[in-house]
Amino acid sequence: MAETLEVKELAEVAVRFSGDSGDGMQLAGNIFSTVSATVGNSISTFPDYPADIRAPQGSLTGVSGFQVHIGAEMVYTPGDKCDVLVAMNAAALKTQYKYAKKDATIIIDTDSFQAADLKKAAFQTNDYLGEMNIDPDRVIACPITQMVKDCLADSGMDVKAMLKCRNMFALGLVCWLFDRDLEIAFNFLREKFAKKPGVADANIKVIQAGYDYGHNTHSSANNVRRIETKHKVPGRYMDITGNKATAYGFIAAAEKAGLKLYLGSYPITPATDVLHELSKHKSLGVTTVQCEDEIAGCASALGASFAGALGVTSTSGPGICLKSEAMNLAVIMELPIVVLDVQRGGPATGLPTKSEQTDLLQALFGRNGESPMPVIAATSPTDCFDAAYNACKMALEHMTPVILMTDAYVANGSAAFKLPNLAEYPAINPPYVPEELKGTWTPYMRNEETGVRYWAVPGREGFQHILGGLEKDNKTGAISTDPENHNLMTHLRQEKIDKIQVPDLDVLGDKDDAELLIVGFGGTYGHLHAAMDELRAKGKKVALAHFKYINPLPANTAAVLGKYKKVVVAEQNMGQLAAWLRMKVDNFTPYKFNQVKGQPFVVNELVEAFTEILNK
Amino acid sequence: MAYTAQDFKKGQPRWCPGCGDHFFLASLHKAMAEIGVDPWNIAVISGIGCSSRLPHYMATYGMNTIHGRAAAIATGAKVVNPSLSVWQISGDGDGLAIGGNHFIHANRRNINLNMILLNNRIYGLTKGQYSPTSPRGFVSKSSPYGTVEDPFRPAELCFGARGHFFARAVATDAQGTIDILKAAHQHKGAAVCEILQNCVIFNDGTHESVYSKEGRAKNAIYVQHGKPLIFGENSEYGLVQEGFGLKVVKIGENGITEKDILVHDAHCQDNTLQLKLALMGNGDGFPVALGVIRDVDAPTYDDSVTTQIEEISSKKKYHNFAELLETNDIWEVK
Repeated sequence: MAETLEVKELAEVAVRFSGDSGDGMQLAGNIFSTVSATVGNSISTFPDYPADIRAPQGSLTGVSGFQVHIGAEMVYTPGDKCDVLVAMNAAALKTQYKYAKKDATIIIDTDSFQAADLKKAAFQTNDYLGEMNIDPDRVIACPITQMVKDCLADSGMDVKAMLKCRNMFALGLVCWLFDRDLEIAFNFLREKFAKKPGVADANIKVIQAGYDYGHNTHSSANNVRRIETKHKVPGRYMDITGNKATAYGFIAAAEKAGLKLYLGSYPITPATDVLHELSKHKSLGVTTVQCEDEIAGCASALGASFAGALGVTSTSGPGICLKSEAMNLAVIMELPIVVLDVQRGGPATGLPTKSEQTDLLQALFGRNGESPMPVIAATSPTDCFDAAYNACKMALEHMTPVILMTDAYVANGSAAFKLPNLAEYPAINPPYVPEELKGTWTPYMRNEETGVRYWAVPGREGFQHILGGLEKDNKTGAISTDPENHNLMTHLRQEKIDKIQVPDLDVLGDKDDAELLIVGFGGTYGHLHAAMDELRAKGKKVALAHFKYINPLPANTAAVLGKYKKVVVAEQNMGQLAAWLRMKVDNFTPYKFNQVKGQPFVVNELVEAFTEILNK
Repeated sequence: MAYTAQDFKKGQPRWCPGCGDHFFLASLHKAMAEIGVDPWNIAVISGIGCSSRLPHYMATYGMNTIHGRAAAIATGAKVVNPSLSVWQISGDGDGLAIGGNHFIHANRRNINLNMILLNNRIYGLTKGQYSPTSPRGFVSKSSPYGTVEDPFRPAELCFGARGHFFARAVATDAQGTIDILKAAHQHKGAAVCEILQNCVIFNDGTHESVYSKEGRAKNAIYVQHGKPLIFGENSEYGLVQEGFGLKVVKIGENGITEKDILVHDAHCQDNTLQLKLALMGNGDGFPVALGVIRDVDAPTYDDSVTTQIEEISSKKKYHNFAELLETNDIWEVK
């Protein structure tokens, strides 16, 4: 039968694996993306998991999804809607179908669509496809549970263990649909379960069974589809999530600076993986302290930096609220720390597992007093590495706390990461106080050009000094309430930040003659880029300027924003970047696109909204 | 190198005349001279409050940070730089109210910090509100009709957090203070020193019964490890165990001899009797315990962190960033 198969070439495809939180959808998705990346496809992934720890099995609130987008050319997002939806149970189909394209292939485990399952998923009848208006021809309805049990009948495993392999059956089926090389998946599993070869073997057997099932029944499903790779960048790659890339950036920066890395942190979704990752790497001398609260996370990082380490603290928006006090102390003491804010939906506890960009003004202004602080925003999972590295470099070289902003979307999403060569990264040179200043040095003596004060680390004889939260005299370093001195110090702290050099803002697309400039920051880069590509493919003149450096702004910001007739600032908040830009750029009156759904932008919606602006 | 108190002095303290902070600072200078750690290897880290001004008057490295956070900041400093001698200075409000969480967790983790708690049972810098150590019924500006809450007793918090060192001195008692500061330095791990001190403006006389030498002779007991718990102007009283509690007895009465008196064991792992000593008060007919009440060896957090890093380093095969990258699943695109 195989010889009759038609292999279609596709430019890109998105697959969404969905099921109960415990169904292993993320693992299936990860393997699929790794298998695809290994053959050079561009990949982008996005997990969408519920806030509940483990909602009741089969319930609507317990569904978790993992979307993988693979492409022959660069893919910038996990895809708006999927081409293949895997629904491991009735609740998954009910909640995830809205993410499927109209002509998507749906794979379901019919064993999980029994009366009780349908009831839990609030279906009214047994005709669940009819209720959802799904064309049965597009559905691969397969008794996955039973087939997995049959497949593993001789394995000696108990039923519970067998059922843990259901995800691999679905994966095998998807691999068949896209003509993937199973050997790569097998190797992945052999390595993952190196200590449990039995588990690896069972999973491998089930993947093969899923693949064979697809092969043997192909007449009832879509034809095999292949994604070829168009523009390969040669090199060695790994799959990396934004949080892991962030952790790696911190490690790399500490090594480059020759400093011990200290992380003070308190568990918080969606930032905790940074704590997990760094906690593993004791062999690199990384010290992590899981603190008693968010406050101590930041305070201890500041103590660590006072004592001569690279102090970092990681959190999400609610944690920033608590850390702002110690961040402010870092501002007035002029000590380096990096504060990572993996943004999630707010306010308050908000939407812990969902993504937003609603902390920007908090990062810029959420402290008492005049408290200028650099803000850097990472644009993609892999960009988290550079962003984290640069945040550390900026903090250490300018003796200032730096806020590094990512969000749940880039933090949990993954992409192929070309292994960085640390030798090619810029040096990090903290401004240690020169020995010859012994005797004349005072804590707030500054480099005249940069406005940066010198760093005297405890242990150095002759440089004993006190820092603190009270305003200090610029000359002596003693406590001072002198009005002129406070005015001076406030200005000096501001100027120090304003003087930091950041790269110019890049303009992509029709940079010379765009009718519309799209402006965004941080994690929306992929979606805004994809929207621009789509508009340009339709013949529109569109450009994109995406901010990574938010404070200080790139020197060419006003020039770029002033160059185009129409500018739209698109962000996942109520207009925070637009407000900041309007504060910093005279006569800037952009259009605004604001969406706060806790979900990534949808490219089609962006295209629609931008077209409307173009037509105005 | 031999140091004198002068080597640790800096600036002119701004506390009110007669404030207990002056006495404590002088003792700290002397204790540091006797301890002999170089001033550049010492960090004195305080929070906010009258007593938290103290680092400004030390010729060491120091930080006068934010309210309540001194223990957390000191934790970070000590963990990354274990060779620093770190002294954390807090008042009763700073350490036990706004900083209560950090206080208990520093004790629980057993960070090698010298944690000084200057207890005057009042908020002085904000001009006279009751503190978490003010007694029930205490009248202050924020409790004009008396407080309706019970105070913390610092030893209970320390012991409840599994603290391994607790000592107490009266600020006006220089030798007693120097002795416990030296013991705190000697102790590896979180070492809480409660300093009973006066606020001459807002809570004068709060520790009146033990503030003078004569008072202490009558109303305090200096506990010493391995020595019988004897006190009184003429060493005529002693402590014995009775039932679940302690009891004051007079030596020579009812057949009691010195041999019957409880011998202090600061090194005893079980803190039951140590806590009883720490909680004794004049109001209950007991002397106030001064000196090192508990001093038990236990693994310190900072040592354990260092040890773990060394152990893992010897086992793992990657020791720099480039090697770390290689631990991942890598593929090559040609």
